[in-house]
Amino acid sequence: MALQSLDAPLEGRSSPGAAIRRRVGATARGFVSRYGLLAGFVLLWQVSATQGWVNPAVFPPLDSIAAALWKGLASGALLDDIAISLQRSGIAFAAAVALGIPLGLFMGQIAAVERALDPILQLFRQTSALALYPVFILLLGLGEASKVFVIFWATLFPILLATIGGVKQVNRKLVEMARTFGATRLTVFRRVVLPASVPAIFVGLRLSATTALLLLIAAEMIGANKGVGFQVMNAQYNFQIPLMFAAIFLLAGLGLAANLVLVLLQRRLCRWAEVQR
Amino acid sequence: MMGAHQVIAGGAVTIRGLSKSFALNGAALPVLRDLDLSIHPGESLAIVGPSGCGKTTLLRVLAGLEQPDGGQVLIDGRPVHGVGTERAIIFQEPRLLPWLTVLGNVTFGLEVRGVPKAEAEAQARQNIRLVGLAEFEGAFPAQLSGGMAQRVGIARALAVQPEILLLDEPLGALDAMTRITMQDELARIWREQQVTMILVTHDLEEAIFLADRVLVMPREKGTPPRMIEIVLSRPRDRSEAGFVAMRRRLMAEFGLH
Repeated sequence: MALQSLDAPLEGRSSPGAAIRRRVGATARGFVSRYGLLAGFVLLWQVSATQGWVNPAVFPPLDSIAAALWKGLASGALLDDIAISLQRSGIAFAAAVALGIPLGLFMGQIAAVERALDPILQLFRQTSALALYPVFILLLGLGEASKVFVIFWATLFPILLATIGGVKQVNRKLVEMARTFGATRLTVFRRVVLPASVPAIFVGLRLSATTALLLLIAAEMIGANKGVGFQVMNAQYNFQIPLMFAAIFLLAGLGLAANLVLVLLQRRLCRWAEVQR
Repeated sequence: MMGAHQVIAGGAVTIRGLSKSFALNGAALPVLRDLDLSIHPGESLAIVGPSGCGKTTLLRVLAGLEQPDGGQVLIDGRPVHGVGTERAIIFQEPRLLPWLTVLGNVTFGLEVRGVPKAEAEAQARQNIRLVGLAEFEGAFPAQLSGGMAQRVGIARALAVQPEILLLDEPLGALDAMTRITMQDELARIWREQQVTMILVTHDLEEAIFLADRVLVMPREKGTPPRMIEIVLSRPRDRSEAGFVAMRRRLMAEFGLH
């Protein structure tokens, strides 16, 4: 009560206009502190390229990169590349999710299964997917199958291991609580273990999404004739440096978009975890 | 409020020759030895004793979370095997599911038991009101204080309308002030709900305040536990002479002054 009566006259004194100006000011300050360095980097690039501080043949000015990007998109050539790249990484990622999450939930629940499978999983995980790519090419040929498979291989392990970890770190006391109400194993799994593992699973999903794009580029640099990764290499061979950078920025954009989708999905599913912060 | 009030006829607990040991470095460490005890329907019994005396083990056996090595537990004359719908347990930690709201948590026990959602929510709301959290039914556990979270745990246990309420040091993690308020709440709830209440605590004052009888479990495994009747009128007054005398007597049981 006392605090409210002290505050009231202070609020009365300032006009609504001033309040709006204050809020706009705070938003602008927040924007500058978050994106200021990024804007500075972009500006530095543009100025050094146009002023000749760096070799514009290697670092072309941003406007020519933007022009190359626009041309590629408008003509539909880059759109085709994006489509095929999304298809490759999308199928691989979806397959990794479809296998990794159920398998991880199962393995995390049953200690004996986890114990038996863990050493071989650790070995597979530590073997670089890139090093195995030639093996996959031998087995599956140079076409789509080996490309999708190498991405699948690399994205499976982060999802699988994160899911196992999520299930294993579920609070046993919550499980016991559910049991005292007569919950069956299935109910405990559905109502306690599964929701408790969701945040950990998302950590794996986000890690995997990044890995998927990484492997996509590597796979498309070998024996592909389409795709954003192919475009990076191809543009470099043909010395179309603005187009090369356009493809690189496109990849960065895809990565950011994938992460954003997962973050938004996580926020929807884990509203409760948000509350804690 | 009156709707939540339901007279429960059952809730008698009989313990016959109960024994339980734990394996410690290969040797069997007896925790409970040939314990006999009988608790009337609607009675409030407190079990006190130092850490390691077996009071929590006894409660966990009653809850059906531990199997006894020997002897048996009968509820209303029927032997107990595992957890059962006539018992609900309140733990020291509230053990709330962090992804569910207060309403979701209180509904949880009912849903697990197959009560239809609408009915379960109506019953949960009544019990949330009973513990004084009506305005917080949409809050998540992370937004609650320790005392409020424990109230949710109590509402969740009461919502399934148990005959027997088992409390394992339910107020042990709360600060002194909150603990006293919550003791008043528990006394009120026990009076209104007419459940059998079995309370494990290390707080002698709490035992005297809430219980009709106090089972004193000694540290030494050879000594049998002693039952002490609390003959004080209710509601109890912590500062009244009879209460203080009772407290002195209980402390003397443990050689404390």
